[in-house]
Amino acid sequence: MLRIRRDLVAAIVEHARRDHPDEACGVIAGPDDGTDRPERFIPMINAARSPTFYEFDSADLLRLYREMGARDEIPVVIYHSHTATEAYPSRTDIKFAQEPFAHYVLVSTKDPDEHEFRSYRIVEGVVTEEPVEVVESYMFANTGSDDVPDA
Amino acid sequence: MAVTVSIPTILRTHTGGEKSVEASGATVGEIIDNIEAQHGGLKARLVKDEKLHRFINVYVNDEDVRFSGGLEASIKDGDTVTILPAVAGGAR
Repeated sequence: MLRIRRDLVAAIVEHARRDHPDEACGVIAGPDDGTDRPERFIPMINAARSPTFYEFDSADLLRLYREMGARDEIPVVIYHSHTATEAYPSRTDIKFAQEPFAHYVLVSTKDPDEHEFRSYRIVEGVVTEEPVEVVESYMFANTGSDDVPDA
Repeated sequence: MAVTVSIPTILRTHTGGEKSVEASGATVGEIIDNIEAQHGGLKARLVKDEKLHRFINVYVNDEDVRFSGGLEASIKDGDTVTILPAVAGGAR
């Protein structure tokens, strides 16, 4: 499951809308301590500037990984948008997915009003969709849905 | 030439979990062969048809070797070699 703060979801969607009809891409880094907590929003430039392909520029990629390494961070979320198709990993996405511990987030901006926001694990070519839990903060554990009183 | 090679997460299964390895060679290709001799299985993940795989970026210091000779790119003592998976994809 991906547990992610509401402001980070909003930042991803906003980036995807801004770059539409080109695909938008980026990372949310988080501490490399096993908490699986996305924290630092890092929008990246799509070097392909394409409505059907994205790629981090190779110099940007090196800078990003060096910076994350120096801060003891990992790419907890790797996101990109599909601008004319649904938010499901394409064959290209699966072929390139090489971060076995990342949550691959896809946003579809196909519909101008409603966006799709979905998350996947992609490991050795196998795609597994996972639930997304949007939280206000990582401070408190969610103990139930909002209309059920906590015991 | 002895250099330190930084290994990405996805390839650490081939290095016993190590984030970096020491290797020697005068070119990127020789460095990869030397790593392969120490940790079998890595080369096939990096090289295809005598060329660097499209999905993999290799840097000598700050330079992506795709723009400086690929597997022929030369290595000096004390250089840092970084291997990173490309981050790419898309609907096409």
